[in-house]
Amino acid sequence: MNFFLISLIKIVIVFGVFMTTLAYLQWVERKVLAHIQSRTGPLRVGPHGLMQPLADVFKLLTKEDLLPPYVNRIFYLGAPFIAVALALISISIIPFGPEIAVAGTRTYMQVGDVNVGVLFVLAIAAISVYGVALAGWSSNNKYSLLGGLRSSAQMISYELPLTLVIVSPLLLANHLSFREIGNSQAGYYLGFIPRWNIFQMPFPQIFGFIIFMIAAFAETNRIPFDLPEAENELVAGFHTEYSSMKFACFFMAEYANMVTITCVATLLFLGGWQPLFPAPYSNYVPVAVFLFAGVLCFLHAVRPARKRDRYTFPVFALAALALAILFALPWFQFVLAPIFWFASKVGFLLFTYIWVRGTLPRFRYDQLMHFAWTFLFPCALINLLLTALFVAIF
Amino acid sequence: MDTLLFIVFAIVAVACALNLILQSHPISSALSLIGVMCSLAVLYLLLGAEFIAMAQMIVYGGAVMVLFVFVIMLMNAGAEKRSGKSWFAQFAGPPLLVLFAAVLAFLILRAVPKLRTVEFGTWVGGTAEHIGQMLFTEYLLPFEVISILILIAIMGAVVLASKEID
Amino acid sequence: MPHLPPVPLSWYLVLSAILFVLGVAGFLYRKSIITVFMSIELMLNAVNLSFVSFSYQLRRIDGHIYSFFVMVVAAAEAAVGLAIILTVFKNRGTLQIDEVDSMKR
Repeated sequence: MNFFLISLIKIVIVFGVFMTTLAYLQWVERKVLAHIQSRTGPLRVGPHGLMQPLADVFKLLTKEDLLPPYVNRIFYLGAPFIAVALALISISIIPFGPEIAVAGTRTYMQVGDVNVGVLFVLAIAAISVYGVALAGWSSNNKYSLLGGLRSSAQMISYELPLTLVIVSPLLLANHLSFREIGNSQAGYYLGFIPRWNIFQMPFPQIFGFIIFMIAAFAETNRIPFDLPEAENELVAGFHTEYSSMKFACFFMAEYANMVTITCVATLLFLGGWQPLFPAPYSNYVPVAVFLFAGVLCFLHAVRPARKRDRYTFPVFALAALALAILFALPWFQFVLAPIFWFASKVGFLLFTYIWVRGTLPRFRYDQLMHFAWTFLFPCALINLLLTALFVAIF
Repeated sequence: MDTLLFIVFAIVAVACALNLILQSHPISSALSLIGVMCSLAVLYLLLGAEFIAMAQMIVYGGAVMVLFVFVIMLMNAGAEKRSGKSWFAQFAGPPLLVLFAAVLAFLILRAVPKLRTVEFGTWVGGTAEHIGQMLFTEYLLPFEVISILILIAIMGAVVLASKEID
Repeated sequence: MPHLPPVPLSWYLVLSAILFVLGVAGFLYRKSIITVFMSIELMLNAVNLSFVSFSYQLRRIDGHIYSFFVMVVAAAEAAVGLAIILTVFKNRGTLQIDEVDSMKR
């Protein structure tokens, strides 16, 4: 009974946080893109547009749900649900922190640990091609079909380098469960270089990490690899015929895949919840970060750029200071510090996603395939061979 | 709990397999086959074969069936034409098939009378570690041979698909 | 939740037999080359299930290795088979098995 109750609580927490992240990731993306292009981004709904995700959800829910007469009904209606359900499953095996003790019960910061966790993520990723492929096919529209075909070809092609490059951190960790992989990256070289896989000595895994991130961009259909939904060629790709909630499902699936794959990257290469600095210093970092953020907000409130900032920035400052105090308390520190490190790494990678979107142009389709098969695939293979050789020797 | 899981996924598997042979459109058949494969993966998990279950999802569900769906979409294959079958196939076929299934089941139950009952977690031999140990020690030669087979298949597929026959 | 008795392994084997027979039925009855090919995959899957079940019975993982090999062979077979089907479709413009009969005439 205890097990079921704890699992239920964990599921509720993870689901709530995950959904909020998805909603606000879109806000963050719009804001960052706007600032890259010297605009201000969403600003109307709520202070700094913070209520924008809520407004978007209402807009999508209340839009008319069109069902074109020429589509294949069953698959057309099923495809968005396949896409979104498969995108939301994988987060359940991601560990966000080590074992903790809350009110006498010891538990892991993870919904469920699977012995073959890495394979599970790969399996779900392999199945999730169908959502996109079916959406494209069932829409009975040449743009959608081309988008669906492109997307499935792209996802199959980039799965190869992705899988090959995942093997090298597995060789270093010697385990397939994410929890063990995270645990295996604890400790420091020379007292200050963390033993994350990206810094592991046999062969600097940073090349593996870069290949992984490139393949991850392609797997999630993001710029510069967003050929399946290239507007100037394919209208909107596989979801051209979708509107309202069904469109929102694809949208959510894309963002959920992004978050999941950055979590996997964090666990495999960036040490998961392991802090960047050795223990005595790492505990002060979150406090310092939030104090700095709070002071910065106060300074902006004193010299406001817009009239409304005089009222909003003090609120943000107080929230940041409250978080700083929370991180200074020993008990909260014990629970929250791993989550802080995990979230900051994932946040950094997500920021990279948006940054790349704001910076790079789109590939051409033949360039995309050529890149996958003649450059990325051999690179992943060489990386794997060298890692295996070094693991075998040392 | 595992009894319930077995019953549910066995029913799903049989229903999907029936759907496979009854649907006239290839893409419906392909999706039913994916359903069979995923429910079989759950049954493998119940039997303690976690690595095989995941390999089933990745290799069958991910690679093989994506290839099928891809080819069907590429050829834009329509629904199958109904063509006349012989009266023997029409009327004697289904009973003969049921008889075949009954004989198979009877033989299985006769040949292996002392079977265990399946309880999840009583045996976890199929971890990736065990499979890897076996593959690279006892089954090393078959493993290498099968890698060569895959290589030949890849080359064969490329040659076949790119060749223009007049 | 009511407590259900555990499943005997024979049920798994019978399920595998049923799936195999359904695969045979699809192989015999269907006229589309692709569906026939999928029925073969279904038969292979049924055999895999019985391999894994026997592996559970004998407490040895040889069955797992065999089903792994079956999967690999199935993947190779699917690649070659689908290439053949594509070639047939390109040359004949049809996927019906009984329309590919130029050897008969």
